[in-house]
Amino acid sequence: MSPLLLTVALVLMAGIAAGLIRVAIGPTPSDRMMAAQLMGTSGIGVILLLAPVLAVPALIDVALIFSLLAAVAVTAFTRRRLTNHGD
Amino acid sequence: MDPVQLLSGAFLLVGGFFFVAGTVGLIRLPDRFSRLHALTKADNVGLGFIVLGLMPMAPDLFYGLKLVLVWLLVVIAGATGAHLIAKRALRGDGEDVR
Repeated sequence: MSPLLLTVALVLMAGIAAGLIRVAIGPTPSDRMMAAQLMGTSGIGVILLLAPVLAVPALIDVALIFSLLAAVAVTAFTRRRLTNHGD
Repeated sequence: MDPVQLLSGAFLLVGGFFFVAGTVGLIRLPDRFSRLHALTKADNVGLGFIVLGLMPMAPDLFYGLKLVLVWLLVVIAGATGAHLIAKRALRGDGEDVR
């Protein structure tokens, strides 16, 4: 079973790498944020797939933290304003 | 190979396929909102299938519940994030390029 898990994890990591293309070419900050969201979701998938392979069940807590932090990152990004010169 | 393992492998492959579809959509689709649509839906479904495929490998019940919890959190965060990004893009505030 673990070769299949590793293969799917590899596909997900290739997806993360391909998402970097969108970060590079933009063109708006929204697109870059979407790519970051893709990386967060794929990263959670990779962690969940690696937990049985490495036999480290605690990795699922890492995935939980990742899912919470991804939500915080998107929210923080959308609260940013262009006209905000205060900070 | 018993049927449960076979089914779990099939779910994992389908999940990987949805992730690939989401990534291709993010790179290839022409405008911002269709990219948002491809990304948020395909990725959450892909993660759901991967969680389904990993379910038989859960060592105990609590682990399985945590798997479902991770997926639920990602779905809620994905939906909220998609709405926030779309609203922000519609208003055009904070965007560098018009």
